[in-house]
Amino acid sequence: MSFYAEAACNTDILNEAHSVTRRLEEERMVNASIQLSNGTFKTDLIVPKMHCIACIRKIERGLSEIASVSHVRANLSLTMVSVIWDKKLGSILQIADKLAVLGFEFHLSDPVATEDRETNASKSLLLALAVAGFAAANIMLLSVSVWAGADHETALLFNLISGLIAVPAVLFAGQPFFRSALNALAKGRLNMDVPISLAVLLALGMSIFEGLNGGVETYFDASVTLLFFLLIGRYLDSMMRQKARSAVERLATLSSKHGVRVLPDGTVGNVGMNEICPGMVLRVFSGERFPVNCKLIKGSSLIDRSHVTGESEHLTINASSLVEAGSLNLTKAVDVEATTSAENSFLGEMQRMIKEAENGRGEYHRIADRMAQIYAPAVHLLALIAFIGWMFATGGDWHFSIYTAIAVLIITCPCALGLAVPVAHVVAANKLMQNGILMRDGGALERLAEVKAAVFDKTGTLTKGQPTTVGIHGNAHANASVIKALATHSSHPLAMAVSACLANSEAVTLADLTETPGLGVEAEYNGKTVRLGKQDWVAEIATSSSSSLQEHSVSFSIEGEASVDFDIHDQLRLDARHSVSELQKSGLRTEILSGDQPGKVGIIAKKVGIEDFASSQSPKQKIERIKTLQAAGQHVLMVGDGINDAPALAAGHVSFVPASASDIGRHSADFVFTRNSLNAIPFAYKTACVTDTIVRQNFGLAIAYNCIAVPMAMAGLITPLIAAIAMSASSIVVVANSLRINLENPERDSEPAEPGLNPITQTELVKA
Amino acid sequence: MTHLLFLIPIALGLGILGLAAFLWSLKAGQYEDLDGAAARILDDDNAEVD
Repeated sequence: MSFYAEAACNTDILNEAHSVTRRLEEERMVNASIQLSNGTFKTDLIVPKMHCIACIRKIERGLSEIASVSHVRANLSLTMVSVIWDKKLGSILQIADKLAVLGFEFHLSDPVATEDRETNASKSLLLALAVAGFAAANIMLLSVSVWAGADHETALLFNLISGLIAVPAVLFAGQPFFRSALNALAKGRLNMDVPISLAVLLALGMSIFEGLNGGVETYFDASVTLLFFLLIGRYLDSMMRQKARSAVERLATLSSKHGVRVLPDGTVGNVGMNEICPGMVLRVFSGERFPVNCKLIKGSSLIDRSHVTGESEHLTINASSLVEAGSLNLTKAVDVEATTSAENSFLGEMQRMIKEAENGRGEYHRIADRMAQIYAPAVHLLALIAFIGWMFATGGDWHFSIYTAIAVLIITCPCALGLAVPVAHVVAANKLMQNGILMRDGGALERLAEVKAAVFDKTGTLTKGQPTTVGIHGNAHANASVIKALATHSSHPLAMAVSACLANSEAVTLADLTETPGLGVEAEYNGKTVRLGKQDWVAEIATSSSSSLQEHSVSFSIEGEASVDFDIHDQLRLDARHSVSELQKSGLRTEILSGDQPGKVGIIAKKVGIEDFASSQSPKQKIERIKTLQAAGQHVLMVGDGINDAPALAAGHVSFVPASASDIGRHSADFVFTRNSLNAIPFAYKTACVTDTIVRQNFGLAIAYNCIAVPMAMAGLITPLIAAIAMSASSIVVVANSLRINLENPERDSEPAEPGLNPITQTELVKA
Repeated sequence: MTHLLFLIPIALGLGILGLAAFLWSLKAGQYEDLDGAAARILDDDNAEVD
């Protein structure tokens, strides 16, 4: 949960640090806003859970009720709400509070990402596409009558008009290709855009020459239509990338970019990550993460260092304890002394490892680029051969020879090739997105089809990573409201699990609520002490203790009464076993690499049906193992979630993370699955394999077309009419073939209801 | 032949009109939230929010 939403939600357990937290929070929100005019700000909030008209209405109505808000607009595609508000009329915290009341979590949008979006490339591509489409349609209209056998004068007039439309259209709409071709040539390389640019410009130049000399055989329509088709492919590609990026990268919260500094006079203020230096005194509130490696000055608290080990174990820290950057402070606000700068902290180190691992992955050459490397020189060579051949054959008729050479360039021009990959990838990406899987770019899909082994992390990946109450021993029903009151006081994951299973109970008000880090919560109820927490700590006040001593259990007792025990476990993710066996059936080798102890890993491995597992793995060891597998020629699909998995995710040939993963994990992964079920992985793998087949077929079709068209062009038999028909036909065939991806593998798992004890009904409680 | 003098400008004019309409809608932000537009049409309560 975001820090902001959390702070706003738990209004009932606020402590003295609250007003400070609120002020700092407000400061951050204002920093992330854009000032429009004096006092008026525009703030973009990302609301991940907004997905229907009811949500839009609720948010827009709710926020516009606030006096300071002058404009609210929800964008469903980006799951983002833009709010324009006036600082003079009220604080931005009202907006944050209102969203929390309405039940929506939110993150602040990264201002850099916002800027990026407003000047994005796909908008200019869309503009070029519109111009090319307009020109292509009109020129086509005119050329039809020329081909249908118009009088010589009419044909000349029509060609003149076509030329007047085509020249500015090509110069404008062709820019993306010309620029990319020039870039490639400047680096001494050839890419697909070089033959495209050459063909379009030569066709245009030759047509102008023909038109001026009174000829009627012009290629105006071919040059513009070619650009139109290719721009469609280009636009789809950029759309897909933008969509994935906005969904994944903008989720980065600003909370990790700040620390809270305590000045010698006791006042506190925000400090940027880069400004933190060793020796600085920082304050870390409960529910926040330690910005850098720190040493505790005084007090004690419970921390969650699952990002280091990947396991949800909690550690009590006392004065002079050392804490790694990124650990989550669970119980109390503490003052710490920074021991490192942000760069040298645990997180900084991790990021360096990710970078190294990414470099080690090597440059993956996308299939379209590999094709271009063969294709571009071949096309130029063929055109040259046609020119030289006809010069000899006709005894130096350079007009006819050039004409034929250009016809070869135009006809081989990779209309179908340019569309073959992007269209297939867009269809596949759409299919994945409908099933809750977000993809970085098309290259990831190609790499996914190549994997031979799947490596899983355990906690948070095979399991949900969130403790859930699976059983209750004793009479929880009688004191449900007291337990609930104790549990909601703490932000400890186990307390949250207890609170979640008592969702139907109302909490009572308790006096003297205190939380002792490492032990539990204690309070007064009807003059007696009540405790919720560690089993032996609760047993001190209970008469009898239940015998079932579980490792992750929490107990509750009223002074002098029998205790109630809660069994709390990390549950397997939905369909984990099924998904693993699906992957095994597809011939993938499966493995678990976990930071946890051997015993626990073994149990999970057995449950999901994986034989190979390694436990107590450090991030370095995980990378080593993946490198060993890759060196043996087995491309690895890595599935993980934590910061400790991030380097391994970057090292894998392709990687998956659940949406609940850490920011760093999400950034180093190729795919993010937003639903709970692990079925996403076999589903994506199958889709990738089908897409791979379709892309290869598309290339086959494009090559087959060239096998027929190129000899004809070299023989000098191609007229502008044949060129136009052949190019359009090949493009349509490729697009139609790509749409077949939607027909394959139609089985779809809708999100099934979650089994478990969540929430327990009153009757179930009585039975227990 | 004289009718071409009318028809061609009319055809081009209509095309340009279409292009201009598209450019206007692009600039007005009508392509920024396609999913939202699809959802908003289902909102029976037509009270404008902004």
